[in-house]
Amino acid sequence: MRTKEVGRPLDRVDGRLKVTGQARYTAEFPVEQVAYGVLVRSTIARGRILAYGTKAAEQTPGVLAVLTHENAPKRHPTKEFDPSDKEPSASPTTILVLNTDEVSWHGQPLVVVIAETLDQAEEAASLVRITYAPAEELAKLSMLDQKTEAFVPKKVLNEKPEVTQGNAEEALAAAPVKIDHTYTTPPYNHNPIEAHNTLAYWEGDDQLTVYDSTQYIFGVRKMLSEMFALKEENVRVVSAFVGGAFGSKGRAWPHVGLTAMAAKVVGRPVKIDLPRKDMFYMVGGRTPSEQRVALGADAEGKLQAVVHTGLTASSTSNTFAEHFSFVTRHLYASPNFLIQQKLVRLDMVPNTFMRAPGEGIGTFALESAMDELAYALNMDPIELRLRNEPEKDPTMHVPFSSRHLKECFALGAEKFGWHQRNPQPRGRREGPWLIGQGTASAFYPANKRSAEVKVKLSIDGTALLQSATHEMGTGTATVQAQNAADQLGLSVEKVRFEYGDSLLPKANGSYGSTTTITVGGAVELACEDLKRQLLRLAVKHPSSVLHEANYDDLEARDNGLFYKDNPTRGETYAVILAREGKENLEAQASFPPFLKEKLEEMAYSFQSFGAQFCEVRVHEETGEVLVSRWVGVYDCGTILNDKTARSQFLGSVTMGIGMALWEETHWDLRDGRIPNASLSEYHVPVAAGLPRIEVYSLGIPDPHTPLGAHGAGEIAVTGAAAAIANAVYHATGKRIRDLPITPDKLL
Amino acid sequence: MRAFTYTQATDASAALHAALQNPEAKYIGGGTNLVDLMREEVERPNEVIDINALPFSQIEVLPDGGVRLGALARNSHTANHPLVRQRYPVLAQAMLSAASPQLRNLATNAGNLLQRTRCYYFYDTTAPCNKRQPGSGCAAIHGVNRIHAILGTSEQCIATHPSDMAVALAALEAVVQVQGANGTRRIAMEEFHRLPGDHPEQDTTLGRDELITSIDLPALPSTANSLYFKVRERPSFAFALVSVAAVLELEGEQIKNVRLALGGVAHKPWRARTAEEALLGKPATAENFRQAAEAELQTAIAYEHNAFKIELAKRTIVRALLTLAERQLLA
Repeated sequence: MRTKEVGRPLDRVDGRLKVTGQARYTAEFPVEQVAYGVLVRSTIARGRILAYGTKAAEQTPGVLAVLTHENAPKRHPTKEFDPSDKEPSASPTTILVLNTDEVSWHGQPLVVVIAETLDQAEEAASLVRITYAPAEELAKLSMLDQKTEAFVPKKVLNEKPEVTQGNAEEALAAAPVKIDHTYTTPPYNHNPIEAHNTLAYWEGDDQLTVYDSTQYIFGVRKMLSEMFALKEENVRVVSAFVGGAFGSKGRAWPHVGLTAMAAKVVGRPVKIDLPRKDMFYMVGGRTPSEQRVALGADAEGKLQAVVHTGLTASSTSNTFAEHFSFVTRHLYASPNFLIQQKLVRLDMVPNTFMRAPGEGIGTFALESAMDELAYALNMDPIELRLRNEPEKDPTMHVPFSSRHLKECFALGAEKFGWHQRNPQPRGRREGPWLIGQGTASAFYPANKRSAEVKVKLSIDGTALLQSATHEMGTGTATVQAQNAADQLGLSVEKVRFEYGDSLLPKANGSYGSTTTITVGGAVELACEDLKRQLLRLAVKHPSSVLHEANYDDLEARDNGLFYKDNPTRGETYAVILAREGKENLEAQASFPPFLKEKLEEMAYSFQSFGAQFCEVRVHEETGEVLVSRWVGVYDCGTILNDKTARSQFLGSVTMGIGMALWEETHWDLRDGRIPNASLSEYHVPVAAGLPRIEVYSLGIPDPHTPLGAHGAGEIAVTGAAAAIANAVYHATGKRIRDLPITPDKLL
Repeated sequence: MRAFTYTQATDASAALHAALQNPEAKYIGGGTNLVDLMREEVERPNEVIDINALPFSQIEVLPDGGVRLGALARNSHTANHPLVRQRYPVLAQAMLSAASPQLRNLATNAGNLLQRTRCYYFYDTTAPCNKRQPGSGCAAIHGVNRIHAILGTSEQCIATHPSDMAVALAALEAVVQVQGANGTRRIAMEEFHRLPGDHPEQDTTLGRDELITSIDLPALPSTANSLYFKVRERPSFAFALVSVAAVLELEGEQIKNVRLALGGVAHKPWRARTAEEALLGKPATAENFRQAAEAELQTAIAYEHNAFKIELAKRTIVRALLTLAERQLLA
């Protein structure tokens, strides 16, 4: 196949719609007679509701209903998101708020006020008073205080919580050079520009339509069908454009079910748009973590022992143990491993995925520790990493489908000028500013999920792709149009992609950097099916130049099928279809083809790699840290579109910088309140705090994935915080093992 | 949000009259803080009196050589005005370090002085707060108090005043011109904001029957140099952890004149009189600056999460003064 569109830095196909305000997001769908819902949050973390004071709210002009657990219709329990299910529900929890008098976290929605206008609903909600019976046992709000109750969960995602090989503690004790430290990361909250919004209406008793800002349409559908005892096909979920998701929209938070319930009660469409404050209280974020990393090496820097253990938190109403230890299972060679994750349960909103879950915080610990070991060995930190390159996956014991970490470091070091660096800490200053440089490996798995794609080719030379996948700003709509254009030999403008609607062929959630491969694989298969159908039509006719052709002799090009060895011999699709009297032709395919996938998954370790380099300036007197340069090199296989991939890398590095320096959710340990639940006091990255970020892709295809591609949406978060902490150490001689690196920690 | 009526005032006396008629009314200028507070239900006016049409937008030279900043001049216009940039760098720097360009384009000068604290608990109507609801208690004293005050606190309140502009105005010894029902009066900047004491609900000494008309800046000696140094957790759109507005005039290496005000540390812009007195007539050295800073912070009280501010404030004072001194000694 000639590559024409794939790889080209095509502008986003939806770019014009977005910048001109025509792209319609969930909250913007015009629905007649819509009423507005506002949620009232719990102000205690654990206990029971004694009474609701809702009279004033009910008497507020415009109010249609005030729902509490006393008058809300009963819903059915839903299964919590379970990654081992083929098609998991998007429910973050098993709790059904408003169907219980129990309070499980501060901020749990307890009352829904529905009114004619948003202002009326807000005003009424502010008048609701709730009295509680706080639990006799104190709420559990501090992960570290609950350490003694930590337990080893049954699973961490789909993997074992523990991996032991050899005897790591013994090897550590015997190693001539070692480090052994504890690293901590705080809770982080999701703050996509578009908050979570849901708009729901019913037709009859059993037809539910929901517009939802989700990155997992079918998971929402499944949850709602369980919750309201509906057939799945009677629930339609639409998610046309999503204004950033980052994992937060992979779950349907309580407001989704409440919106559908409210619409049923008032008998009209209802919309609930979470205000920013509710985003902190009703949408889960990244768990806090405490991780121990101990590394023992021989005098040459070869790892003899790798210990990575620690603790994360989940809520009392969910089970997600964030997989911080996964990176350590695949990144470096060692004869001895001790890897273990524990979990504590807190009275908090259920935690969830946040861009590069697991590896985001795991690489902070592991890659800080590698830097510490490099200093203990008096060795260049890149050299240390190269000396521990494994031949096979060190804990799965299978080959990597592709692994080019060395090349990432080589290119990155050259672009950054790493080898001019004096490794001595505190070696450079400009006035009060100390300057340091740091590096770290990036790592993220190259996973796949499942998707179905339908492709319809019309006699006018256009193609329509359909799949219920999502466009959250990632570029899916653009790169898959490019992909299909190449598969079918069309120019990209002739391809239209419909997505974001459960009436379309089924696709899995768009999370875990899986969409590009998964949907890409399905597009490839559907297009192949279509081309084979076209060929079958042509070969029937002796008059066709394709009469004697084999599929493998042909390529799709110039709106038709042509011989590879003779560019002028072939037929256009229009000719083939016209001869049959057909206006169009369709094909549908599922990815992955089940058996092939299983065999490949067992035969290889699929991972992406990268090298992060940064320079920081630390004000010696005030402790302020500025990142002044960034170079990142990533090994994500074939890049489908340089522009959208680059945007993913830039955004990820930006989030990594935010995680390292600014972001942190404060919890008031007295009652679970989040004091900084606002964009004013929860510090997301700002442009003024970002350096020029240079990113490069190796672009080496993975021979074992569709198109040779890997996902690219998360890897550049990983290693970023460690690179910064390592650079801060180089600048100041002070090792910060607790994120974020705020000025007070450097005074 | 509570439903409210909207009134437009065309002159100061009409605005004053409307406010006196209705104790639940609020003036609105740029609205950058008030609208937030209304959305959060912290402020619940039933009437909003728009004063943007009042003739207080001028920035002009005063007969005594000072500069008058109209109460309704926008922050961005003020900060970028040549008179401010050339004569009062500390003020231009302070104003441009605050908020975001969009907010500065709307926010007025008087509104900047009258903005409320960003104490987390003040903004959360489900938490006790003596400033929002007198007598309800202070959630911050034993809560998350990383951003809170270390100087001049009371058992009722440990909130800080969030303004950068006001810190520079304190160092410049600005005067707030006020019009009331019974005439005009002048309030020295140092007297304008209050310490919390037993009445943290009162941020300022401005009466309910008064409107700010302008902020007047006295002339600075031509040999004085000034700067604003702000330490924050994020390089834009973040309030100061600690900030220092400094004006310094040297004679040789001796300090002839010094004025210091601190932000992010108290319920009001903290005029560092103790440090100033310690420095007058002394050589401009790092040791003297440090000693003066130590003296100023002697009365500081740390809470659970903000102890770092004490050391940070000292270092910030020293850095600000050193920068000014080096600049003047080099010049």
